[in-house]
Amino acid sequence: MASHAPAASLPRARLNPVPMLLSAPALLLFIGLLLVPLALTAILSFSVYDSAMGVGEGHTIANYIAVLTDDYYHEIFTRTLLMSLAVTLFSVLLGVPEAIILSRMRSPWRAIFLVVILAPLLISVVVRTLGWAILMGNEGLINTALLGVGLIDSPLRLLYTMTGVTIALTHVLIPFMIISIWASLQKLDDSVENAGLSLGASRATVLRRVVLPQIMPGILSGGIIVFALAASAFATPAILGGRRLKVVATAAYDEFTGTLNWPLGAAIAVLLLVGMLVVILGSNRIIERRYAQVFEA
Amino acid sequence: MTYLTLDGLNKRYGDLNVVEDVSLQVERGEFVSLLGPSGCGKTTTLQMIAGFVEPTRGKIVLEGRDITSVRPEKRGMGIVFQSYALFPHMTVAENVGFGLEMQGMGAADRARRIQETLELVRLGGLGERYPRNLSGGQRQRVAIARALAIRPKVLLLDEPMSNLDAKLREEMHVELRSIQRTLGITTILVTHDQVEAMTMSDRIAVMYGGKLVQVSSPFDAYERPKSAFASGFLGKTNRIDAKVVQRHDRCFELLANELPLTVPHENESFPDKLQVYVRPEKIRLVPPAESRITATVLTRMFLGSHWALEVDCVLGRLRISVPNVGVAPSQEGQQVHLGWQDDDMRMLAPEANHG
Repeated sequence: MASHAPAASLPRARLNPVPMLLSAPALLLFIGLLLVPLALTAILSFSVYDSAMGVGEGHTIANYIAVLTDDYYHEIFTRTLLMSLAVTLFSVLLGVPEAIILSRMRSPWRAIFLVVILAPLLISVVVRTLGWAILMGNEGLINTALLGVGLIDSPLRLLYTMTGVTIALTHVLIPFMIISIWASLQKLDDSVENAGLSLGASRATVLRRVVLPQIMPGILSGGIIVFALAASAFATPAILGGRRLKVVATAAYDEFTGTLNWPLGAAIAVLLLVGMLVVILGSNRIIERRYAQVFEA
Repeated sequence: MTYLTLDGLNKRYGDLNVVEDVSLQVERGEFVSLLGPSGCGKTTTLQMIAGFVEPTRGKIVLEGRDITSVRPEKRGMGIVFQSYALFPHMTVAENVGFGLEMQGMGAADRARRIQETLELVRLGGLGERYPRNLSGGQRQRVAIARALAIRPKVLLLDEPMSNLDAKLREEMHVELRSIQRTLGITTILVTHDQVEAMTMSDRIAVMYGGKLVQVSSPFDAYERPKSAFASGFLGKTNRIDAKVVQRHDRCFELLANELPLTVPHENESFPDKLQVYVRPEKIRLVPPAESRITATVLTRMFLGSHWALEVDCVLGRLRISVPNVGVAPSQEGQQVHLGWQDDDMRMLAPEANHG
C-alpha cells in the first residue's frame, strides 16, 4: 500500500475537468432559473415603492417593517403555519397506515395500489383542486350525500374554509408522504417483526416498538416535504380558499398582480422562504442528531 | 416423555408440498440439526415450530401441550435469524432486554440478566453500542444473547452462521455448542452445511424434497447413510454399481464390473441391482501384496491435512483422500494399489440420481 500511495495521489492533485464539465449544464440551469430570480426577488424586496410612481430608486427595509408590524399579515402567516402543520399531521396519520398496509399487500395488488396512490401526481393540481371544489360545494356531492343519509341537517361549510383547504391539500400532498415512508419500509428486514413476536411482543407492540421507530426517518422526511409544499401551496388555497381566506403564497401573488406593489410582494415571498428554511433546516438538524447514531447512511 | 414432538407435519403452498410428513421427537436438552439443501423444507419446518407458518396438517407438541395453533408470541421460542434481525434503533442491551421487558421483568432483574447473558456470549462491555457499530460476528452474538435471555423453551437457529467467514464460523460452532451444553437448552438448528450439523448436533435430521430421509447421530448418518441422498450430502463418497451374485445371512457377494465384492448388511432387503458406497478416506494406498485393485492417478491435489486423488480403475473413477503424513503420494499418471475393508462398504438400493 505504502509504495502505491504517491502514485495514487498524483492524478488527484491535478483537477479533473470531466466532472465539472458534466455538471455544468445542470449548474447553469440551476443558477439561471433559481438563484438569479431569487436574488432579484430579494433585491426587489428592498426597493422603494410609491403608489403613484411604482417601483422607485434607492433601498429601504420599509416593506419588511410593513409586513412584520401589520396584524393582517400576522394572521396570514399564522394561518399558513397552522394549515401546513395540520396538513402534515393528517398526512402522517393517514399515510403511515396506508404505507404499512400497502407494503403487506401481495403482488399484483401492491403494484396496482401503489399506482392508484401515485396516479394523482400525474394530474394537474388545479384539476384535482377543481374536483374538490365540485365535491365540497353546498350543492356538492359530499353535502348532498350527508344530507340524504340524514347525518346533517344543513350543508357543511367546506368551500372557502380552512377545513376544505386542509382536506384538499392533504389529498394532494399525501403521495409524497407515502413514497417517503414506503422507501424506509422497503429497507426493513422482514424477520425483524418475527423477531419481535418470538420475544413475546404482541403485533401492536411490534408495530409500535419495532416497526415505527425504524420508519421514523421516512415519516419525518416525508413530513418536511409535505410541510414545505403545503406552506408554499398556491393553487389549492387560491381556488378552495377564495379571495378572503388568504395564505402567504396567495397574499404575495395578490400584491404582485392586484395592488401591483411588487416590493411588498417580494418581501412577503422572502419572509415565507426564510420561515420555511428555519423550520426545515431546524427539523432536519433534530432528525439527524436523533437518528444518526442508529441508522446506517 | 419426549420434550418436543413434530407429528406428521405438512405444509402445502397451492400444489406444492413444501414439507411432507415430518415427524421428529426431540428430547429435553438435545441439539438436533435439520440438514438439507436449499428448498428441502427445513426452514419452513423451523418456521412452523416457531409459529410463523401454520402447518397444513400435523401437530406440534411441546411438553405434552399441543401448540400447533398457539401464536408465535405465546410460544416462548428463542430464535436466531439468518439475518440476525436485530433492532437497529436499540442498543445491544435494549435488544437483549426486549424479550425480558415483554415478560414484564423489573428493571433491576432485567439489567442483571442482560449483563449475565452478554457475558455468556462474551460481549460484556458492549451493551451501550448500537448494532451498526458491531462486526458481523458480534451482531450474531447479540442475536444469540437476545434469544437466550428469555430462557426459551426451545432455541431455534435458522442458518445462523451463513453470514460469517469460515474461521469465525468454526469458532462459533465450538462456542455455541458449549453454551448449549452449559444451559442444557433444547436446540434445533437449520443448516445446509454438513460440517456445521456434524460438529454441533446430537442428532442430524437429513431432509430432502420436503421429507425427512434419515434421523440419526452424526456418526451413524455419516457411516450408515440410509439413502443415496444422505450418503452424498454428508461428505463425499464413491458410488459403484453392482449386481448381487450370492445372498448370505450377514453379507452379500456382489460383482461390480467383473470385480467380486463382499459387502456386509444388517438384514435389509435389496434388489439384485444395487449400489455400493465407499468414502474417499476409507480407500488407502497399499503395497502391491495387499492390493484389491490397481488404478491410475488422474489428478492429485494437496489440501494441507490431506491429499485428494482422483483415480481411474476397473470400477470407474474413484475419489481418494490420503492423509498428509509428510510424504507425497504417487504423481499423476502413476499406478497405485488400492485397498479397503469389506466393512467400509455400504449397499443402498438404487434411487433417482441426486448427483
